[in-house]
Amino acid sequence: MTNLRWKIVTVVTVFVVFFAVGVYPLLAARFGVHSPALLMDRALKLGLDLKGGVHLVLHVQTEDALRLETDQEMERLRQELMTRGVTVTNLTSPDSTHIRVEGVAPAQDAAFRQAATELQANFDRGSGVAGTYTFTMKPNIQVDLRAEAVVQARQTIERRVNELGVTEPSIAQQGNSGDQILVQLPGVTDVERAKEIIQSTGLLELKIVEQGPAASQDSLLAGAQVPAGMEIVPGVSGTTGDPSGTVYYMVRKAAAVSGRDLRNARASLDENNQPAVSFTLTSEGGRKFGNVTGQNIGRQLAIILDGRVQSAPRIDGRITTDGRITGSFTQDEVQNLSLILRSGALPARMDYLEERTIGPSLGADSIRSGVIASVVGLLLIVSFMLVYYKLSGVNAVVALLFNLVILLGLMAYIGAVMTLPGIAGFVLTMGIGVDSNVLIFERIKEELEAQRGVRASINAGFGRVFWTLVDTHVAALISCAFLFQFGTGAIRGFAVTLFIGLISNLFTSIFVSKTLFEMALSNRQQVATLSI
Amino acid sequence: MHIFKHTNYDFLRWRWQAIALSWVIIILGVITIWTKGIPKGVEFAGGTVLIERFDQAVSVQQVRAALDRNYPGGGQNTVVQSTGDPALHMVMIRVPQVGSESGAALSTEAAKVEAALKNGNIGAFHRESAEIVGATVGRELTSRGISATVLSLVGILLYLAFRFQFSFGVGAVVATIHDLLITLAFLAFFRYDMSLNVIAAILTMTGYSTNDTIVIFDRIRENLRTMRRDSMYNVINVSINQTLGRTVITSGTALLTALALFFFGGEVLHGFAFTMVVGIITGTYSSVFIAAAIVSLWRGDAPTRAAAHAHVMATPAAPQQPQRKQKPQRKARAS
Repeated sequence: MTNLRWKIVTVVTVFVVFFAVGVYPLLAARFGVHSPALLMDRALKLGLDLKGGVHLVLHVQTEDALRLETDQEMERLRQELMTRGVTVTNLTSPDSTHIRVEGVAPAQDAAFRQAATELQANFDRGSGVAGTYTFTMKPNIQVDLRAEAVVQARQTIERRVNELGVTEPSIAQQGNSGDQILVQLPGVTDVERAKEIIQSTGLLELKIVEQGPAASQDSLLAGAQVPAGMEIVPGVSGTTGDPSGTVYYMVRKAAAVSGRDLRNARASLDENNQPAVSFTLTSEGGRKFGNVTGQNIGRQLAIILDGRVQSAPRIDGRITTDGRITGSFTQDEVQNLSLILRSGALPARMDYLEERTIGPSLGADSIRSGVIASVVGLLLIVSFMLVYYKLSGVNAVVALLFNLVILLGLMAYIGAVMTLPGIAGFVLTMGIGVDSNVLIFERIKEELEAQRGVRASINAGFGRVFWTLVDTHVAALISCAFLFQFGTGAIRGFAVTLFIGLISNLFTSIFVSKTLFEMALSNRQQVATLSI
Repeated sequence: MHIFKHTNYDFLRWRWQAIALSWVIIILGVITIWTKGIPKGVEFAGGTVLIERFDQAVSVQQVRAALDRNYPGGGQNTVVQSTGDPALHMVMIRVPQVGSESGAALSTEAAKVEAALKNGNIGAFHRESAEIVGATVGRELTSRGISATVLSLVGILLYLAFRFQFSFGVGAVVATIHDLLITLAFLAFFRYDMSLNVIAAILTMTGYSTNDTIVIFDRIRENLRTMRRDSMYNVINVSINQTLGRTVITSGTALLTALALFFFGGEVLHGFAFTMVVGIITGTYSSVFIAAAIVSLWRGDAPTRAAAHAHVMATPAAPQQPQRKQKPQRKARAS
């Protein structure tokens, strides 16, 4: 008897807790009540497919991060060779992971190897036949750099999305090789702006102009090679509002300052009242910038954004911490640009693999059909169970409602989101959930036919079916786990719903249902019949 | 109320016919897939799907005509359908192309479609939703979908081999593979797009279709302990008959909800619900006619215990396997 009392207490407690977490916030929101906050904060969230919003999948070109590392190491080697007085005929990088050195004089071979020791922390040295060496980036370094690039890209996107002020965005890494980033922005409908802001590399570099602007690359070089330590960068022609003409600048490769030295950036106006972006450098960046500008008064400074010269004003005096980027910008462009600069540069370029926009009315349509299907499914199941199992059917229906309450409660508690396939999982959980009750009831019927007492039959029914239920549920959980592993976005919502549904079903069909039977039998001394 | 009370059908008698029927459907399915292919949804094939909401009612023909005239490459391979609540005048347009998969150019094809509609002068509209998927995503999904299915089958095989016997695991997994093939065949017959939702339904089905199988196996395991002098053939038949009521009822309730989804769940879930309906029906059929049949074929029709009484069962339809008759069958592991 006391045993039964404890079971009832457990069942009621579970019901109340899950009802409070899962069902109460939904009902309260429907009737305009928004307290207590503790429960309302946990209210079940709608997925993007139901709520509307933007869903983007980006691919990070991790190759860029390798390229950057190789280029930096190559420049370092160049410096090292210069200070040691080692001369080589050619120092190039044929692809993103290799550095090739040609023409090391035999007499300087030992000195060259000495100079390259630092490089060998990250690169493997190939044999030096005829003074030619090939350095290959170590595989583990490549893996690390790629992984790091994706993480950095994700963090940068997170900062940018936060600046956009989107509520409850979801940004996650995914894909077979982990180099994809999933961005979900609920409620956002302006895809183009979101894409622009997320994708812009946002790499700001300020470099001293050696030559230019010129109309073509050839006129800058006049047939010669690009001098060492220099590079040619395209830019927009100076006239404001005419971005069509491309001009070229030869600039020093080493940047005076870059986006990393930025402290802040904000939209402002230039002296002609045109939209511009004002920026402030960190104190360290300001010191560097002051030195460079002080030494180069009278020359041009190229303001390069994502590999394109935006403007190249003349340096009139020493500049330390404040500067301004002007160009043919619109008001919206400077807003976006300052946001991008504030959130830092992306370590690599990114491609869009997938782009979805879900309009809010489409989501509402889906919710409506999903709810109708759930209600119809529920009614069909309930009427079948009541007709076929009579009073025991009531037991099954109570267990079913319990199952739904626990499912909603657990989903709300773990912060799962309700997606359209999730609703389908919900409906299926009801249909599959009564399976357990059917198994138990059919077994009880069988035991009753074998002329056992009602109590004995119920106990035997639950006892014998227990392991069957465990087996069926474990098999279903196994495929559910792989579904989760496989799934992206909405499918994960489905797998989670199904997973939780299976577990709560095991609890309700075995524990709750049995307790209900015991309750029904407890106040009867002699039990001769069972309505089943 | 009690359906299928004390039935005594000889299900195993029909095992060869059942296996033949399944092969016919599977082969027809393979032929259909071979000749017509599996229609792939935009997630797998890549492409651009737009749902445009017009201010006034517009016919599918008008939209198609506008695309034929103004869309580069004409309306070839373009799908145009009205969708959603008719009062909202929504039209779905699917083109197989996407913009380039580098940079932000993915959506350029969508812009071209919208420009074509605008030039067609068929009324003002705005984009309600868009789904633009590059080819990379589809390739990755295909490989992940296949590996998830294979891994979950292996998982179920191992679990059942551990809980029952290896032959039971094989029976259940073969039955599940059978269900997968039959479902794919029906998807091909009825030309449903292979979408993420359909894959989810297929994977759910692999879990669910083992349910009925396990219930029957469980009863076989139980009966093997009490019916030691009976043939495996009889034990399996008796077990199927004893569990027939619950097999039909459990599948029936699951089928009811799947049908509710099919008829009321909206267009997006149509493929999902169809897959579930087919999966539940074939899953029930295969538990009885495939899974149990495989166990009986694997184990032979010999008596479970006493090899000497091998001739007792009256099963002329079932082929005998003399070499197996001599081997005393291993007792089922108790749970």
